[in-house]
Amino acid sequence: MTKNNNTHSLVEKMKNLEYGNAMESDQQALAWIAKFDGKLNHFIGGDWATPLERSYLASNNPATGKILANIAKGTAKDIDLAVKAAQKAKDKWAALSGHQRAKYLYALARLLQKHARLFATLETLDNGKPIRESRDADIPLAARHFYHHAGWAQMGDKMFDSHEPYGVVGQIIPWNFPLLMLSWKIAPALAAGNVVVLKPAEYTSLTALLFADICKEAGLPNGVVNIVTGLGAEAGEALIQHQDVKKIAFTGSTNIGRHIRKVTANTDKGLSLELGGKSPFIVYADADIDAAIEGVVNAIFFNQGQVCCAGSRLLLQEPIAQKFLTKLRIRMNKFVLGNPMDKNVDMGAIVDPVQFKRINDLLKRGVDEGATMWQSDCQIPDVGSYIPPTIFTDVSPADHIVQEEIFGPVLVVLTFRTNAEAELLANNTKYGLSASVWSEDINQCLDIAPKIKAGVVWVNSTNQFDAAVGFGGYRESGYGREGGREGMYEYLKPKYLAKLPKFKTPEQKSSVKSDKRTSIDRTAKLYIGGKQARPDNGHSLAVMNAEGNKIAEVPHGSRKDIRNAVAAALKAKSWAGKTAHLRAQILYYIAENLEIRRTEFASRIEHSTGISAKLAMDEVEQSISRLFTYAAWADKFDGAVHNPPTRAVAIAMNEAIGTIGITCPNEAPLLSFISLVAPAIAMGNCVVAIASETAPLLATDFYQILETSDLPAGVVNIITGPKDELSKTLVEHDDVDAMWYFGTDAGCTMVKQQSIHNLKQVWTNEGKAYPWGDASIAEGETFLRKATQIKNIWIPYGV
Amino acid sequence: MSNIKRNEIMAFEPDWLADIRVNKSATEARCATYGTRRSVKKEHQLAWLLHAIGNIDLTTLSGDDTDARVRRLCAKAKRPVRADILADLAVPDLKLQTGAVCVYHNFVATAVDALNGTGIPVAAVSTGFPHGLSPLETRLREIELSVAAGAKEIDIVIERHMVLSGDWKGLYELMVSFRQACGDAHIKTILATGELGTLKNVAKASMVCMMAGADFIKTSTGKESVNATLPISLTMTRMIRDYYERTGFKVGYKPAGGISDAKTCLTYLSLMREELGREWMQPNLFRFGASSLLNDIERQLEHGATGRYSASYRHSLV
Repeated sequence: MTKNNNTHSLVEKMKNLEYGNAMESDQQALAWIAKFDGKLNHFIGGDWATPLERSYLASNNPATGKILANIAKGTAKDIDLAVKAAQKAKDKWAALSGHQRAKYLYALARLLQKHARLFATLETLDNGKPIRESRDADIPLAARHFYHHAGWAQMGDKMFDSHEPYGVVGQIIPWNFPLLMLSWKIAPALAAGNVVVLKPAEYTSLTALLFADICKEAGLPNGVVNIVTGLGAEAGEALIQHQDVKKIAFTGSTNIGRHIRKVTANTDKGLSLELGGKSPFIVYADADIDAAIEGVVNAIFFNQGQVCCAGSRLLLQEPIAQKFLTKLRIRMNKFVLGNPMDKNVDMGAIVDPVQFKRINDLLKRGVDEGATMWQSDCQIPDVGSYIPPTIFTDVSPADHIVQEEIFGPVLVVLTFRTNAEAELLANNTKYGLSASVWSEDINQCLDIAPKIKAGVVWVNSTNQFDAAVGFGGYRESGYGREGGREGMYEYLKPKYLAKLPKFKTPEQKSSVKSDKRTSIDRTAKLYIGGKQARPDNGHSLAVMNAEGNKIAEVPHGSRKDIRNAVAAALKAKSWAGKTAHLRAQILYYIAENLEIRRTEFASRIEHSTGISAKLAMDEVEQSISRLFTYAAWADKFDGAVHNPPTRAVAIAMNEAIGTIGITCPNEAPLLSFISLVAPAIAMGNCVVAIASETAPLLATDFYQILETSDLPAGVVNIITGPKDELSKTLVEHDDVDAMWYFGTDAGCTMVKQQSIHNLKQVWTNEGKAYPWGDASIAEGETFLRKATQIKNIWIPYGV
Repeated sequence: MSNIKRNEIMAFEPDWLADIRVNKSATEARCATYGTRRSVKKEHQLAWLLHAIGNIDLTTLSGDDTDARVRRLCAKAKRPVRADILADLAVPDLKLQTGAVCVYHNFVATAVDALNGTGIPVAAVSTGFPHGLSPLETRLREIELSVAAGAKEIDIVIERHMVLSGDWKGLYELMVSFRQACGDAHIKTILATGELGTLKNVAKASMVCMMAGADFIKTSTGKESVNATLPISLTMTRMIRDYYERTGFKVGYKPAGGISDAKTCLTYLSLMREELGREWMQPNLFRFGASSLLNDIERQLEHGATGRYSASYRHSLV
């Protein structure tokens, strides 16, 4: 401080006790951009690559609206070049030992830390988020992600030895956490042995390019990481369409997620989607109110509310609602908006004028629909896209702003009376990404947490992230998890998949004795809600044996029957809440009852498929064994307790997905049916199964066994009829949460295409033939992982 | 320490205690943000540090205190910053003094004499400090004697067992008797938060003492193993806010013990500003119980004035 300071100024400052500005320097970040003369190229095959069409896009600083740099506008040609570079690097990278890959990931983590401030300032200049957040959240979390995944690389050779990487992975990331989303994508992909082509968001590509710079510094082999900038509709589209890209990982809007699912439907590309949200933030009357107010600050006003898991629906228990809102408004009035490079701002600028307009349109719509809008009276800078903290009250679940993701600093407030109503409101959304639950009563918290349909639940906290704790959604918030062991599986596939032969309709060649049915005609029916049901349309279909002779008739199931079966499954959802011990007991009981009737089932298999009596009996024996397998697993497929680097436990629970639609393959009609249905119900799901089209009698015979085995009504429903037609209705049904399809290539494509409306998880045989008799492939943890989704419940503790 | 409406003795309201919930992890999470969400730099920082001097209850509470030691402390309270530093900061005429001088009863008269004419109040720790377990009659008498000796502020200690056994009514009655004994002298109630077990107990004890007419609530004697911390401070300031919302009375806050550097002191001021507002940063509602803090503030001021980092031996002893 120098002597020429104005006396009055210091005295004045003592009087006002303002914080003043605390500006972070932008010099190093600007110098980095200047190194490239403000014109940044793609990073392909280990070096900077000029876009083939020589076209560039402006990347702006949202706080000033001024151009920060020009970035390459990638086209399909650039993508192709990048994929080729990745292809070239793929085998060598995958062949490295886990330890060798770990060393690279570790180096990347170290370099992220060494250049932490440069990354943070560049991120803030490019994105508009407060420097405090990029410095304290984005960058440290990104570095932590690489450290954590260096560990998975190291351990992967043993831990995932029955799995292999996909090869070239295409990754598309959003603009809200540019570097952090990059790390969530690249770290697990590389750890698992994949190579990457990543397209950052066009608003925020700079830190991805700085990351490319440190890849060079780390000596990462050329082509292992490739970064192509540009527009989603152009570069992004080319990436998802590229035939050599074997897996797509996307974070962004639900609509684009749908588009990607549709476009990739006719391929066997792996897919993970992390999409939108409208997450509930529930405050019970016995919460620490002041703490919950700060929770709201971090839930919806973090990163200007441009957070997919933002707690954007505040649910207040009635006794404290008014008090809470009063306190919240006081708190909001203390907010500081301004230049995000100022360490003292709570919120920076909205990322782009397009988003700014979108949010303002939604605010207007909310007001037009009759909601009461309140905005903080904090000061707003004259230039740049700023929106003050905004709270909507007098809203109802029917309002647009309550249903739609706003992706801005906008909170809607609803009240509830009871825990049951809190659950209803929390789940009254098409999304299911996260939830916050506030109560000082641990019973209350642990009661509601499993009931909320969301991939992450934060107890008395919010927006907690860690590389060891999986993150991802239920419902239209997407599928797949990022972080932890579950996240690693998104970049790995079972080795046997590559070896499976193409699916063929089995030949029916052997001759069987003539129909030896008893004299009384047995009518096969559908099995819906624990009852044998005639088909809605009153039609039957002939069932032929291997020789082509008609041996029976089964119901011609139709749309209405699917509808009824799904309704019955939904009604049976308390199955998920039964103890694992009970589910195991019922599976054992089913096996026991099948055992009693083994001869009859073997004869039916022999009769229906024409295989030998011995093979038919083998299939029955294996079916019984498989039921034992999943009875055994029912109480052993445990979750995990993670130790994030904070005083909390994160409980990873394997939860049932809900209702699973299962289209059984034609072959091995009993064993394949059981191989698919048993793991699903063992994990607490309810099932609507479409029986083998060629040998449906094994499934219809089987319901008699279910009926005598104490399985609650509706847990398993069986429909017979035209397989692909029924599958289409089933996969289109929004109350079906996942769809497993085993059949033709065309059927696999159809099912994936039709899954997009509610973005249900789809699992198919990818047109391959599964060896149902090979237990090393056709049973076990892969099936259980498909039958569950992981919910992470964060529980901080301490008194 | 006036110009605000003084807190009054309210009726005992057990309902106000029943509502109290404190989540430790969330409290800590909030505390971690004062230093990161708000920073005070450059000239603003100097202004805050100059201001903070007025928040200090310059304190000596040692068994080996003597008249001379107390007089030395008072001299520092009167002239807390070297004149040349103020001159370098271009505020040579700035009148600075600490908020109070805090001593044991035996040295009240000495301090009053030493501070004569300065307007700096003398605060006396009282009521069987630091344990608060001597006979009630003697504790009440102690207050009266300190007030008679010229103490304008009395820092009393509560009986921790009352908190630990949930005897809130007993604590309330004890506090009321202390408040009445103080008369016009302001009463700061030391909760000895390090010995109360939980933040929830800290919160409830804060509320009971405010109901019983405390002018300030204060964390620690300085003799407990844990003294002032940010989570304890946040818990207590939130109670002050609740009490203000319920009654309209503004009660002051005094963290004591362990606050010895300028940076920490700025974080505390930020906490006050964020939780309670600028008014609660003023000496009539906010004090630090500290001694070596002043020395570090002075060093930082010299750094601000000259750009050189200073050594503590260059600043007069507290």
